[in-house]
Amino acid sequence: MLKVDAEKCIGCGACEEQCAFGAIKVEDGCAVVGDGCTLCGGCIDACEAEALHIEEAAPGRETADLAAWQGIWVFAEFRHGSVAPVTYELLGVGRRLADQRGVALSAVLPGSGVREECDGLIAAGADRVYLVDDPALAQYREDVYGRVLEELIRRYQPEVVLAGATAIGRSVIPQVATRLGAGLTADCTGLDIRPEDGTLLQTRPAFGGNIMATIECPDTRPQMATVRPRVMAPAEPDPARSGEVVDVEIAPGHLGSRVEVLETVVSQTEQVNIQEVEVLVAGGRGVEGEKGFALIRELAEELGGAVAASRAAVDSGWISYPHQVGQTGKTVCPKLYIACGISGAVQHAVGMQSAEVVVAINRDENAPIFNIATYGLVGDLFEVVPLLARKIQEMKK
Amino acid sequence: MEILVCIKQVPDAKDVRLDPETNTLAREGVESIMNPFDRHALEEAVRLKEAHGGTVTALSMGPPQAEAVLREAIGCGADRGFLVSDRAFAGADTWATSYTLARAIETIGRFDLILCGKQAIDGDTAQVGPGLASRMNLPYVTCVQKTRGVTDGSIEVERMMDDGYDVVRLPLPALLTVVKDINEPRVPSLKGKMKARKAEIPVLSAADIGASKECIGLAGSPTRVVNVFSPEPRGDRKIFTGTAEEQVDQLIEHLRDYL
Repeated sequence: MLKVDAEKCIGCGACEEQCAFGAIKVEDGCAVVGDGCTLCGGCIDACEAEALHIEEAAPGRETADLAAWQGIWVFAEFRHGSVAPVTYELLGVGRRLADQRGVALSAVLPGSGVREECDGLIAAGADRVYLVDDPALAQYREDVYGRVLEELIRRYQPEVVLAGATAIGRSVIPQVATRLGAGLTADCTGLDIRPEDGTLLQTRPAFGGNIMATIECPDTRPQMATVRPRVMAPAEPDPARSGEVVDVEIAPGHLGSRVEVLETVVSQTEQVNIQEVEVLVAGGRGVEGEKGFALIRELAEELGGAVAASRAAVDSGWISYPHQVGQTGKTVCPKLYIACGISGAVQHAVGMQSAEVVVAINRDENAPIFNIATYGLVGDLFEVVPLLARKIQEMKK
Repeated sequence: MEILVCIKQVPDAKDVRLDPETNTLAREGVESIMNPFDRHALEEAVRLKEAHGGTVTALSMGPPQAEAVLREAIGCGADRGFLVSDRAFAGADTWATSYTLARAIETIGRFDLILCGKQAIDGDTAQVGPGLASRMNLPYVTCVQKTRGVTDGSIEVERMMDDGYDVVRLPLPALLTVVKDINEPRVPSLKGKMKARKAEIPVLSAADIGASKECIGLAGSPTRVVNVFSPEPRGDRKIFTGTAEEQVDQLIEHLRDYL
């Protein structure tokens, strides 16, 4: 909340002039804050009388009435014309949690021109879709998306809010949790509800997957978590399901942004997010260059998968950073991970060791990758990889 | 331009394991390092300073020994370092950490730009950067892969997305979190190392930053870790033998369900 100290305010109007959202007006010699305030703080800097300040969000631990918060929410992420696949995985797990609690499952869908996605969300298990359809939401901007989510959560008070641990989810959700004074657990791989008190048990890997931790938020609501893509099974869509679409109005002033998206570049090679595919073929130092990666790519295509890489390969410039798996890259958990010419240093292992099946192809039989591999092939990848691609192709015929 | 960089000291992940007897983290013999992403944030801060003038302030929250990463930061080009350290901060989750850092920054001064690594490699949460921005009411973007330029009170950056990148402009002051693609960090210079050795690193306590007791440490943390355990080990492992062709045949046999 933006607060005006009436004793200090001299009614000079500097704040009114400064406010880009027309949210503050001088009336009877004193500034008055209106609904459009976005808490941007511009007026605070402009005020020479130091009469303005932002009151911090209450820590939330005062919300003793936990029972007032009800329902399971899923943040439906929409980007470049479609709902992110992780949304349907969240609806799958959200449905289970909602049934255990005997409450409704809702999806929150902010975006522009996204109304037609509501049916798909309902078919995937949502009882209700909170739709915020506004041109101001056409592009993802941290502050606007954050404010919309915060406002809806305050208004409808869900007990659990789930979002995908994607670039957008991991960026927007922490600010919402901070403002709400809510606990947030990142990158969950397991979610359960304790029936007695509705506590969400959030399990996540820590230290790069070397240990697992279960986390609770005993005294605060909502209980918020981001969930790794591809860990939860997606909901089976049932077109016969019915649900309600709630059109939510947001005060126009709250849709203003300080951030301007000048350009959105969709990469041709990065269109496939390696965190969202079932099969990854990864190359490391042993691949020796771009030519080697051509073999990796062929095998990946044969398997209907995508190409990943170790840090060594990325640092050598053979493939771009978004393909990097490991500590300073992405964490992936495909069904099948084929590591070619990757030694398997711990920095790489932490990014892929939760894959269901790991195949290692390496010349060095002592490479540590064999310690975490389900199946190991000791040999020259330049011989093995094309052979494997060819045999799979033959098998498909 | 006045820039502040948040730096965390983290255990070098390669040695972290659960002690199977006690089910606690076995940290003995584990080296502490500067969080790799923070190193890139620091490098970017120093480059921006070199291009636009100003100062770089490094800030870390942690136990007294975290001072080491601040000296290292000074060796790499930071002008000064502050350590926020108090037993009362122990057990802080990301909510309490962002509160503490925000209080500390407000105590230290005003900054045009705050840089953080995308995430720390021990927790991997990526929550403190956005949390800090919202505490300080700053515009922010995460996962910045390039700063394109600073003009007229604003900064233009490329933000990495899952399917490419966005070019984003935001007004200063602002907060950015960075990925490792943004730059190649330098090693400390000899001169830098000398400066680092001599530098005074002020230590700020909970009282120094005017922190409310109910917002810091374990008491101020909405989340509770209730259980830690080792992940399930992988099932049967098999290393094939024979010629390349024989091995490939065996693999295909075992992978039938996945092909």
